[in-house]
Amino acid sequence: MQLDVSTSASAAGKPFRKERSLFTARMLVPAMGQAVRMFDPWSMARNPVMFIAELGAALTTLVTVSAIATGSDGSGYFLAISVWLWLTVWFANFAEAVAEARGRAQAASLRKARQDVTAHRVVDQATLQVEDVPASQLTNGNLVRVSAGETIPADGEVIEGVASVDESAITGESAPVIRESGGDRSAVTGGTRVLSDHLVIRVTAKPGESFLDRMIAMIEGAERQKTPNEVALTIVLAGFTLIFLMVCTTLYPIARYFDVTIDVPTLVALLVCLIPTTIGALLAAIGIAGMARLSQANVMAMSGRAVEAAGDVDVLLLDKTGTITLGNRQATEFRPAPGVEERQLADAAQLASLADETPEGRSIVVLAKEQFNIRGRKLEEQQAEFVNFTARTRMSGVNLGEQQIRKGAADVVRRFVEEQRGEFPNQVVHDVDTIARAGGTPLVVAENARVLGTIYLKDIVKGGIKERFIELRRMGIKTVMITGDNPKTAAAIAAEAGVDDFLAEATPEAKLELIRQYQREGHLVAMTGDGTNDAPALAQADVAVAMNTGTQAAKEAGNMVDLDSNPTKLIDVVSVGKQMLMTRGALTTFSVANDVAKYFAIIPAIFMVALPQLEVLNIMHLATPHSAILSAVIFNAVVIPCLIPVAIRGVRYRAVGADALLRRNLLIYGLGGLIIPFVGIKLIDLVLVGVGLA
Amino acid sequence: MLEVIIPALIIATSIALAWPLGRYMRWAMDPAGPGTGRLSFERVAVGVLGPKAEHTQHWKRYCLSMLSFNLLMFVFVYLVLTTQQWLPLNPENKGPLEPSLAFNTAASFTSNTNLQHYSGEVSLSYFSQLFALMWLQFVSAATGIAAVTALSRGLAGHAQLGNFYQDLTRATTLVLLPLATIWAVLMVLLGMPMTLEGAAVATTLEGATQTIARGPVAAFVAIKQLGTNGGGFFGPNSTHPFENPTFWTNVLSNVAILLIPMATVWMFGRITHRLRHAGVLFGVMLTLYLCFVACASLLESQPTAAFDGLPVASAMNLEGKELRFGPTAGATWAVSTTATSNGSVNAMHDSLNPLTGLLPMAGMWLNVVFGGVGVGLINLLIFVITAVFLAGMMVGRTPEYLTRKVETKEMKLALIALLAHPLFILGGTAVFAATPWGTETLNNPGSHGLSEIIYEFSSAAANNGSGFEGLGDNTVPWNVSTGLIMLLGRFIPIIAPLAIVGSLAAKRATPETAGTFRTDTLLFGVVLMGAVLIVGALLFLPLAMLGPIAEQLSIR
Repeated sequence: MQLDVSTSASAAGKPFRKERSLFTARMLVPAMGQAVRMFDPWSMARNPVMFIAELGAALTTLVTVSAIATGSDGSGYFLAISVWLWLTVWFANFAEAVAEARGRAQAASLRKARQDVTAHRVVDQATLQVEDVPASQLTNGNLVRVSAGETIPADGEVIEGVASVDESAITGESAPVIRESGGDRSAVTGGTRVLSDHLVIRVTAKPGESFLDRMIAMIEGAERQKTPNEVALTIVLAGFTLIFLMVCTTLYPIARYFDVTIDVPTLVALLVCLIPTTIGALLAAIGIAGMARLSQANVMAMSGRAVEAAGDVDVLLLDKTGTITLGNRQATEFRPAPGVEERQLADAAQLASLADETPEGRSIVVLAKEQFNIRGRKLEEQQAEFVNFTARTRMSGVNLGEQQIRKGAADVVRRFVEEQRGEFPNQVVHDVDTIARAGGTPLVVAENARVLGTIYLKDIVKGGIKERFIELRRMGIKTVMITGDNPKTAAAIAAEAGVDDFLAEATPEAKLELIRQYQREGHLVAMTGDGTNDAPALAQADVAVAMNTGTQAAKEAGNMVDLDSNPTKLIDVVSVGKQMLMTRGALTTFSVANDVAKYFAIIPAIFMVALPQLEVLNIMHLATPHSAILSAVIFNAVVIPCLIPVAIRGVRYRAVGADALLRRNLLIYGLGGLIIPFVGIKLIDLVLVGVGLA
Repeated sequence: MLEVIIPALIIATSIALAWPLGRYMRWAMDPAGPGTGRLSFERVAVGVLGPKAEHTQHWKRYCLSMLSFNLLMFVFVYLVLTTQQWLPLNPENKGPLEPSLAFNTAASFTSNTNLQHYSGEVSLSYFSQLFALMWLQFVSAATGIAAVTALSRGLAGHAQLGNFYQDLTRATTLVLLPLATIWAVLMVLLGMPMTLEGAAVATTLEGATQTIARGPVAAFVAIKQLGTNGGGFFGPNSTHPFENPTFWTNVLSNVAILLIPMATVWMFGRITHRLRHAGVLFGVMLTLYLCFVACASLLESQPTAAFDGLPVASAMNLEGKELRFGPTAGATWAVSTTATSNGSVNAMHDSLNPLTGLLPMAGMWLNVVFGGVGVGLINLLIFVITAVFLAGMMVGRTPEYLTRKVETKEMKLALIALLAHPLFILGGTAVFAATPWGTETLNNPGSHGLSEIIYEFSSAAANNGSGFEGLGDNTVPWNVSTGLIMLLGRFIPIIAPLAIVGSLAAKRATPETAGTFRTDTLLFGVVLMGAVLIVGALLFLPLAMLGPIAEQLSIR
């Protein structure tokens, strides 16, 4: 997430605007220290693989110390093994520490926003008499008054006033937003600043539980709980560890059969090489980095579980307005009635719309200007009298003396014309029908008793959205458009945008029922929402992204909050979820596949003396048994820091089908995992020989 | 030419018969609707077994029924074996078995292993052979078929897995009995003895008296092969001229070894309505099997190393082989009998070239290349679940198997099953290689001796029952340890997967989309093959290196 106001720019629709450079020295140095502190066995026990590795390192160290004390042979080799085993554990801790440090850097800048401000608590609501208290003392239900230039002390809901608020501390968006009482723009967040006017706010969060507090906790990883898939993977890794523990322990007596006594450091080295240390070391970092990637996209997840669920989502409910279409209908065409010039229609339509400040009205003015170069006129001189749109008349227009120009829905204009004994031409009826069926909104323009023609108002589907839906379909995700339009219009827009399904004339109840129905069929449903009436549906959905501009109720009901309030981002959320799972799977596969090469390095080395014929199996031609074992241990350790960038950036996700993804990952991480260690171990062995250590 | 024809004939016949048999088994085990003939049959079964044979069971009850039935059978057979001197059909007046041997034998036949630390013709009465051992050869195989049927039902999405007693009855009377009858008749026609008379006494040309053991061999052999039992009527098993007289009995026996394990895969596909998935599983098994057969045949076509430099003309390793079966019959059988958990032998595995000896061991280590009747597919399921879990994540979704999510609980259970098998082999080998329990019973020093120990424990853990021979295995430590391992190695890998399936069936099915990890593609076949081979290699590579591979390298 980008918190620095001066550099931030929210490019709507663009998933990850700016990749922070992976590591900075400021982050790395404390992480190194932190990695040492994490040697504490109590905290290590959370991660069974690395816990065993640490125990092994400790055991080896003891043996080394006693070997040095008794001055026995090979203590140098023992020492080297011990050092590299400790390094293996340290690298693992370092990976987690780096991931956490990145989170903490974000949290630190967030925390700046939460300097303890003084709140003006309303003591008497009638007179708005206030007393000054520290913000930390505010509790749920308190009323506070915030004036221009002041920082909002706590999360809350505006109950009085309208003000522009600078929310850049949270969203990184420098443009101020309007917050007002009632409606869907009433929620304010602690730490943001009121720029104009004043607000009375009802506090809705207990101290320490505000949105900002939760965000900081999430980013820092303090509240990090293992997600279900992470738990399952930890179990599997523990199982593999147990299996290799068994293989290694039984190897000792079996070696005795050949009168070979395997020394403890070698046995531990074999064990640590075989257990899946690579994924064990990076597992925590993958989870933390997944959350961080979400927050880079300015989405705050309330739990890691939600992020993981996002990867499984197979139905997306998308609001039509703002997500699929540009939000406003625009005039795209004039269709004159028989015997009317198109220019005449355009002229009348423009006149009728000059005072219409709605986006639709403005688009009519613009279209007339573009097509016929008709300029807006100063109408005051002609004693123009504007007729505003009202719910009763459902028409708007202008009166120029005797000339009454009106525009509106077909049925009301028909009544308007027929009242004046005019006729409603069949051609216009036909036009109206065609436009409606194509998903547009027809507006009929009339001048007194004469119908001039129809204006085609069209929902403009966002550029590129169709391609995204095709992508989603390839990913196996079904898109459903939610709209308040009638089914005919909805069907036309759905077809144009390329969504799989739509829900027309949607009510909150219908939305909720739709989600339930999909869930009954076994689907996982994701949706975005902002209004209070979205809250039940948000609560029901498996992944619910609330818009930050939305109401508090919506935010509470969702399990993610999009700080940019850009509904298209749901698609990126899904990608992050998938990426997290893929990274885990890929690195596990890599880790397990690595073991084959390690066997070929270590087993011949152990038994070379008793069974010299096993030299044939030393297919890497490693110099000596000691150099072979040491090379395997070093490779095993070094591969961890090498893969930290993969863990933190995540395996690349592309919107292709499951089979294509699997084929690609198998090739890179499965086959690569088989081959790379053969090369790596051989190289390390050459280096060891080169520097005279072998 | 004959080298290729023998395995080709056996394998092609098995594959061709497996398809219709799979169809039949589906009808027999999991009828879609009760046919008229079926209905009256089921009524007879309920009449005999009482109402408990009617109710469908949750996985726990199903396992409980299976365990209690098997415990009962175990106790019954133990009693028969230790009291056979007082029982009928004992023309040779055989005495009771020593307790640890009786325990081992009862465990061995209950667990469908048929590891034999005794020689049938020497130690057992006809009553013991027919009503203790042959009876178990039927019901232990039926237990396997019942288990895989229950598993298939669970994976088809039913939380109720069926009724164990009903399944057992169906498997015994509708699948095993008819097949065994057909096979026994064919065997008799091809010259196998079938009599309840005692041993024949003959006077040889030199005037010496010869006692020739015989008995109801054909009946015994039919179920021994069909049920992947493998326990021989005679000590030398199917190398004995009465137990496997001709080329054709050998072909038929080898087909019988493969038949039901192959057909089970198709039955699974039909019950779960996922024939394509079953096809992939079948393909993976068949590929591994064909590789094993090809390797074994090639390796056995090399003369044994002991003849190096000797003026003996030998085109291939003929030691321990019966020439009447043809050149590659030994290698094909050795692979078949260990890939499936049959365990009968038509050649001495101890005399195989060292690297050839690795293949039967690998077959038992993996234990999924068709595997034992029913249980082979169940074992493969553990690998399927593991492969699905690891590879499933790589498509960016919580792993799913047949539309149901694979999560912590399933993985825990899968790991238990995955761990048990190598634990028995590695643990057993470790203890016996380091102590006189093992070292004093060996017939050979060095790597070959170690191979004998490894083989014995692999055979017990995989419920195979074949022996590397050479090992003096009728001792109390061997009898007790392998007896325990056979029982645990039998029931843990059945119960854990049934628990997995029970847990999966309780979950909500996720609809399949383009983002779903598919298990019916060639790609999944590759993934599964990789999982089987890599996990197998990681577990057993040290043993392979120290046993057969070291031996092979030392005699070069």
